[in-house]
Amino acid sequence: MIEVQHLTKYYGRHPGILDVSFGAEKGEILGFLGPNGAGKTTAMRILTCYLPPSSGMAKVAGYDVLDQSLEVRRRIGYLPENVPLYHDLSVSGYLGFVARLKGMQGRSRRARIEKVVEECGLAEVRNRIIGKLSKGYRQRVGLAQALVNDPDVLILDEPTVGLDPRQIIEIRELIRNLAGRRTVILSTHILPEASLLCNRVIIINKGKLVTVDTPDNLKNRLQRGMTVEITVRGDREAIRGVLETVTGVSSVTDTSAPSAGTCAFRVEAREGFDVREPAAQAVVTNGFGLLELAPVDMSLEDIFVELVTQEDIN
Amino acid sequence: MSRMIAIYLRELGYLFNSIIAYIVMMIFTLLAGYFFYNLLAFFNLASIQMMQNPLAAGELSLTEGVLQPLFGNMSIVLLLTMPMLTMRLLSEERKLGTAELLFTCPISDWDAILGKYFAAATVLATMLVLTFVFPWLLSRYAAVEWGAVTSGYLGLLFLGMAYLAMGLFFSSITENQIVAGILSFGFSLLFLIIGWINPFVSEGLSRVIAQVSILEHFGSFSAGIIDTNDIVYYFCFSLFFLFLCSRVLESNRWRG
Repeated sequence: MIEVQHLTKYYGRHPGILDVSFGAEKGEILGFLGPNGAGKTTAMRILTCYLPPSSGMAKVAGYDVLDQSLEVRRRIGYLPENVPLYHDLSVSGYLGFVARLKGMQGRSRRARIEKVVEECGLAEVRNRIIGKLSKGYRQRVGLAQALVNDPDVLILDEPTVGLDPRQIIEIRELIRNLAGRRTVILSTHILPEASLLCNRVIIINKGKLVTVDTPDNLKNRLQRGMTVEITVRGDREAIRGVLETVTGVSSVTDTSAPSAGTCAFRVEAREGFDVREPAAQAVVTNGFGLLELAPVDMSLEDIFVELVTQEDIN
Repeated sequence: MSRMIAIYLRELGYLFNSIIAYIVMMIFTLLAGYFFYNLLAFFNLASIQMMQNPLAAGELSLTEGVLQPLFGNMSIVLLLTMPMLTMRLLSEERKLGTAELLFTCPISDWDAILGKYFAAATVLATMLVLTFVFPWLLSRYAAVEWGAVTSGYLGLLFLGMAYLAMGLFFSSITENQIVAGILSFGFSLLFLIIGWINPFVSEGLSRVIAQVSILEHFGSFSAGIIDTNDIVYYFCFSLFFLFLCSRVLESNRWRG
């Protein structure tokens, strides 16, 4: 559905994005992940034909963004980071205007507006003036606007930014329901959001593509050995000595203990070893009280920091 | 076409739902009314004096005494009011970020430009229609030369549309409304009075300047002469600035 090859965009001499290639299949939710200023918005603006690329090629639904811009624009829905709303219009007036701009006529337009108003939960505010709506509702109006032409490709730039936690959950739910037959590209700098919503994640940093993979694969790829967090009652040094002798353990580091008389460690195992059972056994047979033992999953947060710092070192 | 109409209706809705259109029309009709009253009062006085001299009285004409100067004055008020209609048209879209919506929708730049241009022109036409009341009042007491009235209003419409095109262009180059307003006001004035320099420049140059001057071409309209030369001038003037405007939108895209 989306095909991007060697895409580059310069702002003057400063590169917004540099030699980025990726693709997206029909029905996929693709996450753009990166720190602020990484080039996420630039990439999205190129895909939506708002900015032309300096070099490289981008195709949406088989149409080139430069040569067949109108065809591309017919097939996309775009929610920019600053939601483009006219504050003097009512919700239904605004959606009607956007639908007309997108070339929808008469009865089909009204039916479609009716549908997106339902889908985005705007029924009770449809006659309200947009300027008087809360941020959460404005975001929904933005989303409804992007959906009004029933696009094949939905491009959402930071759709949850500036919302309160409940609104964030609602918008995420909405986005998940919207996927399916549509291709969705969304950008975010909130990592859990990407792992929650996306089938695949593209990490970009300083305009360059760092990696493309599924959230799970990313975790597996970077997590070389297992990490376990363990909390034990007893003497710190003695317990450390016991843990270090367990087969497969590569390092034991202190972490802050939850309460007096107990101590906590982060135990890292060599690749291919599951140290949970032997470690528990060693603690118990040596007469210490095992309070807690949990494997640590590498969060996308860690992966992100790791990849981005690796990139910077290279 | 339907997309251009969508933009046209949106802009017209904005102008008439907000206070802008009403303020502009109020100021225009207020000033035009004031000028009309003054001109008529003076004409009245002149007529009374002329009664002693029937020979000179034949020289008196409503067209030359009232309508022609009224159209001249109204052209100056247009200069002041047209930038108010155009200054926000494109600059505000950029400032609010709605330009990103507009130009990622499947519309051409010309849909946006012409939709907005004709919306502003509709306000212009409406306020000109409101001032029909002056010649109508005159016609109740004297014979009005309707041909001259028509030609005068046609001139005002073309003149106003030329200002609007220039204003729209200046609105496209900045996201600051004030900057757009000042630029369009300043350049409208410059094109109006550019002919003043004519006595002091070479004959060849002065002929060119006379052709460029907005005022020069308006003069014949208010005198009741509809000349294709003048119509072509206003048409080209407007088209030129609308074209520049489309170039600016295009180049904004490339500069990012």
